[in-house]
Amino acid sequence: MAAPLTLLLIVAVTIRAVLFRSSWAELISERVEVVSPLNAWKRVVEGLALLDLGVSPYSGDVFHETPFMIYLFHFVVDYAEIVFMIADGITAVALYLSIQTYNKNVFRKQKYALESDRYPADCLELLRSPKEMFYIPLKVAMFYLLNPFTILSCVAKSTCGLNNAIIALFILCTLKGSALLSGILLALATYQSIYPLTLFAPALLFFLQRLYIPVNLRRSSFWFFTLQYAFIYVGSLVVITGLSFFLLGSWDFIPSVYGFIFSVPDLTPNIGLFWYFFAEMFEHFRLFFICVFQINVFFYTIPLSIKLKEHPVFLIFMQIAIISIFKSYPTVGDVALYMAFLPAWSHLYRFLRNIFLVSCVLLACSALFPVLWHLWIYAGSANSNFYYAITLLFNFGQILLVSDYFYAYLRREHHLTHGLYLKKKDGTEATLVLK
Amino acid sequence: RGLLTRLNTPICIVCYLAAIVWFMGLAFEPFTLRTDMSENAMGSTMVLLRGASAVPRQGVRSSQKTGAVSTWLVKAMQSRGLEVFTQSFSRKLPFPDENKERYMVRGTNVYGILRAPRAPRTEALVISAPCSPGDSNNQAVGLLLALAQYFRNQVYWAKDIIFLVNEHDLMGTQAWLEAYHHTNITGMEYSPLQGRGGSIQAALSLELSSDVITSLDLILDGLNGQLPNLDLANLFYAFCQKLGVLCTIQGKLQRNDWDTAEGYTHAAQTMMLMVLKQACGRSWGDHGLFLRYHIEAASVRGINSFRHYKTDAATIGRLLEGMVRKLNNLLERLHQSYFFYLLPSLSRFVSIGCYMPAFGLLVVILLLRALDLWVHLGAPALAAVEGVTEAQQPSGPAVLTVLTPVVISHLTGVALYLLPVHLQEMAVEHFPVSETEAVVLTAVAIYTTGLALPHNTQRLLSGEGTEQGWKVLKLTALLYLAVLLGCTALINFSLGFVLAVTLVPITASMTPHMPKALSALVMVLLSPAFTILYCVFIYQELIEAPVSVSEGWMLFLSVISQGILDHALYGSLVYPLLALFIYPCWLMFWNILFWS
Repeated sequence: MAAPLTLLLIVAVTIRAVLFRSSWAELISERVEVVSPLNAWKRVVEGLALLDLGVSPYSGDVFHETPFMIYLFHFVVDYAEIVFMIADGITAVALYLSIQTYNKNVFRKQKYALESDRYPADCLELLRSPKEMFYIPLKVAMFYLLNPFTILSCVAKSTCGLNNAIIALFILCTLKGSALLSGILLALATYQSIYPLTLFAPALLFFLQRLYIPVNLRRSSFWFFTLQYAFIYVGSLVVITGLSFFLLGSWDFIPSVYGFIFSVPDLTPNIGLFWYFFAEMFEHFRLFFICVFQINVFFYTIPLSIKLKEHPVFLIFMQIAIISIFKSYPTVGDVALYMAFLPAWSHLYRFLRNIFLVSCVLLACSALFPVLWHLWIYAGSANSNFYYAITLLFNFGQILLVSDYFYAYLRREHHLTHGLYLKKKDGTEATLVLK
Repeated sequence: RGLLTRLNTPICIVCYLAAIVWFMGLAFEPFTLRTDMSENAMGSTMVLLRGASAVPRQGVRSSQKTGAVSTWLVKAMQSRGLEVFTQSFSRKLPFPDENKERYMVRGTNVYGILRAPRAPRTEALVISAPCSPGDSNNQAVGLLLALAQYFRNQVYWAKDIIFLVNEHDLMGTQAWLEAYHHTNITGMEYSPLQGRGGSIQAALSLELSSDVITSLDLILDGLNGQLPNLDLANLFYAFCQKLGVLCTIQGKLQRNDWDTAEGYTHAAQTMMLMVLKQACGRSWGDHGLFLRYHIEAASVRGINSFRHYKTDAATIGRLLEGMVRKLNNLLERLHQSYFFYLLPSLSRFVSIGCYMPAFGLLVVILLLRALDLWVHLGAPALAAVEGVTEAQQPSGPAVLTVLTPVVISHLTGVALYLLPVHLQEMAVEHFPVSETEAVVLTAVAIYTTGLALPHNTQRLLSGEGTEQGWKVLKLTALLYLAVLLGCTALINFSLGFVLAVTLVPITASMTPHMPKALSALVMVLLSPAFTILYCVFIYQELIEAPVSVSEGWMLFLSVISQGILDHALYGSLVYPLLALFIYPCWLMFWNILFWS
């Protein structure tokens, strides 16, 4: 399997290299869908210039990257294009290996269950064969590397690609079972953009499951491991933040990075839900609505963790998707990360209800973003409402996609325990309702 | 969903008919809205018109004979107290323009700025008149100078007024605008502007082709089908009413008998003309290029239609004075009224909300067909899952069989886009044709070769096509076309609608199982190139200058060359859109027809 993966990497790198050299690169790096104030390359360059002049990069309101990022690019700014290509490569390989591991686990579990006759007789067709699972890791890597969203994001040199690499490595370490590395990487991802904080729950659930520790609040082993993992996580977060302080010698970066993420002062249009609302809103309700909007990202963690506590990997997927929908400055790079997981759930295909509608909506929206932007900004004939309508539709499509997969996943699990052809008590065919 | 699948074909036919009926109904007066001035600043203010007279056109005429228009103009403008500047520009066309007989273009723009006495000079208005050697727009230049003299003596100007006399019509405007805004998108060479005013709020372009004017025609269609704010048209109409000037749009007078058949036909013809003009995406007057810079602009063209009723230059001067004074009162850019509209007459308009359903109904057909195919593709797949996962297997090769035609079609499109201009020298060497003919004929040749190419190579590469293969390809192509047309219609409704009307019926019904010869003929007859041909004929019919088939063919060729030139000179998007997207998309359906 290494050969196709290598080939895929070569193709992906070639596409990116060609685009980097073409005249499109500049155009792409200006698109609001691809770069946000948080991760635009222009701003990184600005921050580097300030750093070289001996001024704090956070003075002024341009630079919002973390100190680590700026020191990374301080050394490799001349090779930025290669760094971004490598980051994409790392993400793809990490996803490839994680899904491979995950599939092995799933298959082993399925085999045990099958041997102990736990599946109802009519569910055999729902089981997954090794043959169809063989290509899934490759497809995942392909979905990430050849996704136009990823390519755009990489060519625009949006630092979103690096954040994705960190999250992908975190997933790999988690699935490989290394609590220490997983905790450190999760801390790093949190440090980069805060929102991956919600991935703490699925990672913890995964380790608990792996070590056969039941999720029981009265068991000391549960608390012991939870505290251990939380300690790794919080510890490394503190260490990283402390290091940043020593690098720059000031705490400037806290308000400038995290304050910027939470309070959403920059209302440049993007594919997210925030900008239009906060541009239209009365100033004295701002705090309240910021809380409401930001809680969205974190709120779903609890019910989802309870519902999906047996399936932490699917929970990771759901969390990443929710982050990319509800975060304050989303870009298409974030969308690309969770879309890479879709092939891993290809066995849910038969339970999906709206996949045609959703793919049409997402496709049409992706094409309409630049068109309406042109009409609004250049032609002056449309206005922000048109653009926001497409943003809304795009997010509606994403939410529908995620909830469709969620429903399909739960439904398959239900069938695996209760049999495929469900009957009501009176013998008619029953339909499942998601509650 | 079951209902949609079962009744798919009837629903599609109903949708198509409904779309056509809806569209034709748009011209019916009760369905349209009255145009009303929406901009407050231009609405109720009183403007007292005194007007300029004494048009000094003799000077223009005499200096044209000696070929020193620009020096004479500089003097004339300076003597009227304007700050005068000149700008020279030059441009080599990619190939000779045979309609206007130009290849190496060199010209000079002269413009004078009247500084605003009453406000900081942050905003400006432009009045322009094209003036080329041998051109008969002397009247307009004379009127421009008279207006300048009159405006100079008034004190109420709050915006700079720029009087621009541009040579080589659109090219001069293009050079001037690019220099004014410090951009260069089309590779024109020009000298920088020495003087400039504030940001331009609005522009009027003046074309008076003869000494006797019986009516004024308002031209709104700009580059890529962009239209100025409707308030500009309202303003023009209001002043025409006030001064009793006959005004037309698309060269058609307004009629009041909307309830008679003739009245309706008249309105429908006016609207169709607008749709056709807008669809071709070129700028129909000098104003069209201003629109790109977010400047509301329109052209006013004087027409001598040998009517009894005549309008003298002083009245036109008063009309322009009134319009400029109202524009001078603007506090912000025109934005209150509509930007997307169709005009069946000057006093009635159809807004975007009214005409979009007609287009929407056409696109719905594509989506319905796609849904139908999706259901058909999904049903056997679901059945196959029960016998161990056969549905998964063909997905690998299916992607490949779909990818090959898509890639080949698009490569043909790229060839159609690039080769005609690049190969002209070679073509001129080997064939006895002029450069322009070479370009156009190469385009036609590549277009025709494209018909033979895709399905042959496809057969060569992947052997027999499967039943599932073409369905997947058709699904892809349908969605692709729907998105494409949707985007086109948002930018240029008319183009999107014209393409949809011709492309939707064949694309929706195409399968490999139809009689080959007949459906191939129908497909070719409804292909994008033939759409252009039909548009040429309909257009000629509507402007009451019908042409014979051979003349029509020559016109068709010149339309193609104009399209390519418009793209190269002004950045019109119609040619690349057709070559790079619509044509390949059509080829994909052509491919399906010959799926073996």
